[in-house]
Amino acid sequence: MYGVSQNIKNTANIILKILVIAIFAFPFLWVISVSLQTDAEVNTFPATIIPKTPQFNNYVRAWQAGPFLTYFKNSVVIIVAIITIQMLIMIPAAYAFAMYDLKLKNILFSLVLIAFMVPTQVTFVPVYLMMGEWGLLRTLWPQILPFMTNAFGIFLLRQYFMQVPEELIEAARLDNASELKIVYKLMIPMAKPALATIILFSFVSHWNEYFWPLIMTNTTDVRPLTVGIAALKSTEGFVNWNTIMAGNMFLIAPILIVYVFCSRFIIKAFSYSGIK
Amino acid sequence: MRKIDKIKQYVFPYLLILPSMVGIGLFVVYPIIKVIILSFYSTNMINPAKTKYVGFENYIKMFNKVMFKKAMVNTSIYTLVMIVVVLALSLLLAVWLGQKSSRINYICQMAVFLPHIISIVSVALIFVQMMEPNFGLFNSILVALNLPTSRWLQSSDTALMSVLLVSIWKSVGYYTLIFIAALQSVPRDIYEAAELDNAGKFKTFYKITLPMISPQIFFVVIVLTIGSFKVIETIRLMTNGGPNNATTSLVFYIYREVFNNTDIGKGAAAGVVLMVIVGIMTVLYFSSLSKRVHYR
Repeated sequence: MYGVSQNIKNTANIILKILVIAIFAFPFLWVISVSLQTDAEVNTFPATIIPKTPQFNNYVRAWQAGPFLTYFKNSVVIIVAIITIQMLIMIPAAYAFAMYDLKLKNILFSLVLIAFMVPTQVTFVPVYLMMGEWGLLRTLWPQILPFMTNAFGIFLLRQYFMQVPEELIEAARLDNASELKIVYKLMIPMAKPALATIILFSFVSHWNEYFWPLIMTNTTDVRPLTVGIAALKSTEGFVNWNTIMAGNMFLIAPILIVYVFCSRFIIKAFSYSGIK
Repeated sequence: MRKIDKIKQYVFPYLLILPSMVGIGLFVVYPIIKVIILSFYSTNMINPAKTKYVGFENYIKMFNKVMFKKAMVNTSIYTLVMIVVVLALSLLLAVWLGQKSSRINYICQMAVFLPHIISIVSVALIFVQMMEPNFGLFNSILVALNLPTSRWLQSSDTALMSVLLVSIWKSVGYYTLIFIAALQSVPRDIYEAAELDNAGKFKTFYKITLPMISPQIFFVVIVLTIGSFKVIETIRLMTNGGPNNATTSLVFYIYREVFNNTDIGKGAAAGVVLMVIVGIMTVLYFSSLSKRVHYR
């Protein structure tokens, strides 16, 4: 008797888990389905679940519905620029915070923590006005410069740098290694997991960013993919959901591919992003 | 020569920190001060000479505006529902999926977390389409099950709840992961001791698990509160604040004042309100952190 009820319990457990997987994964299968439907299929009730003949042409239609090559290029340029600048600024700062006893260290480090907590929703009005005054609103800079200091990155990297054994650094100094060489040959290799996490978070958050570019761009030639895809909804109206969803796939696919290949690393990185 | 060396040694670390401080100064500290200043002025964008100091006028007018009141009520409801539902669901999922590491549990975690790393633009478009009242999937399913259909985002009665549904669906996975990591850090021997005492499952959860992971619970409540008070993207994409201001949020109000009404003063005043809320949450968080250090 015990065995039977245990079996029922296990089966129920697995069925429930499959249901949960369906609830969270289904919308992403649904985008693919809609993106392959004909115009008629999209606008029938009840909704079409699986398209009769997949309309791959919708993807061509979506790509031609706006300057998507430009959007795509902008997204990539912005992300590469942000990550490069962040690295150049963050590594020296984290190194100084970890290695030196400074008088102003507490004040400066609390500024980093404040920067970590203050959301862009608080700062966007003055930054927008400032970018206007600097004449940068028609360039990509308003989407790059404000993210030059990655407070979370400094915080995380500093912790890794502090864990590098003192003897190793002393030994390097005795060998007359320059500070640059210590950072490059010793600290960075030790902090590789932290750097990978930081790059991952920067990539995900800026690839997905919508609010900031929406505000900081007035012309299509500086807009990233997110704003371009969102604009499809107004240009394609309420009828061509298949085109909109095909466009939506441009935005989803890169993240989905990265997720499928590095899910273990990604899940681990986010699990421990909480605190420490 | 030696003196120069000493200066070099003293200045060098500050030079390393300097670029990061330029970024924080320009894009965090200056905007915070500027937003406070702007909230006391009536700014004229076309003719800057007409910009003048108005004291608390922006605040008084703002607090009397129907749209602002509506925005505050909506944002408070949104925050409250997010905290209660996301906290409960993510704890439940974490206990359920984090106990044993099996293949199905891992796939489940993967699926639950997936929406968190997909852009809100994609997610919002998918749900707007599924919630479409005339052709949408949700109503198709409801009809198939012989249940009454809903207007979802297009009725002021259900719009906020529909937006919340999407927000909960998108964010619950992230908190589940945090709780799973927290649960795994609870020492095993405590549970073994509880088992020896014949404590039931619920009792063990209330008396042991919850207190042990209370720091993470507190962290999640703070992050959820700040995250909910700054909500804008979901609303901008799904309802544009409507219908009839039913989904207007605090930040959406700021956005409207600044970009639709070019009323920078009122927008900045609402920005200060947001700043105060975020500030209180931040202080609460860091003071609890330092307390924890003391107890150890």
